[in-house]
Amino acid sequence: MNKEVQIHQHLHLVGHKCPMNFVYTKLKLEEMRDGEVLEVVVSTGEPARNVPRSVIAEGHKVLEEGTLGEHYRIRIRKVGE
Amino acid sequence: MELSEQEVLRYARHIVLPQIGGVGQRTLKGASALVVGAGGLGSPAIYYLAAAGIGALHIVDNDVVDRTNLHRQILYRMAELGEPKAQTARRRVEAINPHVSVQATRCRVDDTNVEGLVRGCSVVLDGSDTAGTKFLLNRACVAASVPLIYAGVIRFEGQVTTIAPGVGPCLQCLFADPEAFDRDPLETCSQAGVLGAVAGQIGSLQAIEALKILLGVGDPLIGRMLVVDALDNRFRTVPFIQRPECPVCGSESGE
Ligand SMILES: [Zn+2]
Repeated sequence: MNKEVQIHQHLHLVGHKCPMNFVYTKLKLEEMRDGEVLEVVVSTGEPARNVPRSVIAEGHKVLEEGTLGEHYRIRIRKVGE
Repeated sequence: MELSEQEVLRYARHIVLPQIGGVGQRTLKGASALVVGAGGLGSPAIYYLAAAGIGALHIVDNDVVDRTNLHRQILYRMAELGEPKAQTARRRVEAINPHVSVQATRCRVDDTNVEGLVRGCSVVLDGSDTAGTKFLLNRACVAASVPLIYAGVIRFEGQVTTIAPGVGPCLQCLFADPEAFDRDPLETCSQAGVLGAVAGQIGSLQAIEALKILLGVGDPLIGRMLVVDALDNRFRTVPFIQRPECPVCGSESGE
């Protein structure tokens, strides 16, 4: 049923450790407009747990997340400004 | 004011803070601070402002490094005894953070130069140890509408307040008589003892206040004097108000 969301920006952050994966995600979100969607691909494990949590703490919305091959994909809707 | 890849890495732990982010970090990069006095207060303040990535830092001090400074003025090394503090502090900052444009001036701040030093700064930190300089900086900062982070330290005690011209009271609203100030609890460090780490604590608080003012976050010490007693670990904030008859910032001061 999942209708395809429009992705406005994409970041490939596999291999980036915490907190840099979140730092790059946050900087990208700052550039984007309210309602736009950022897709981030990170390594599984710690980054996969931390990036969604940090993004939500900043008030953004995680639309979907899950493994993508051997990586982890997060789709975030920017909230604010 | 874009951040380079190296800067993004360097400031990562700032950028993750909701109160800073990339926006705040770029604000700091676009800001300039004047630090008057590179001594016990100025040492930690300069270290932290430099490390925090303030864009431009101007360090003013007239003294040379003396052996009696070393217990609290942590900018300096044994090998630098006798060297001018301002220039030595500049070398230290350059070694910590090449992204900071740092200027050093060896001079005594007085009536003739204070206006030029303060003009155009985003914030001024008072790390001086004489009443004359403190009241001079207060007057110049109010006149130029530049926020001033005042501090003093003696023995085991320290004081910090933030003067925000047009927003809150000034130093002379609190100490009405500058002439009497030298007889107040804050004598100068050269005469009395001071625990080095207390100067470090108070100078760090100054850096925090300066960064908060630049970022526009939190609740700065405007109209409040933070009084720290390190011996029994007491922190008090003493509120004070703007006096309409204040000769520096008051509405009845004649202008
Ligand atoms: Zn006043």
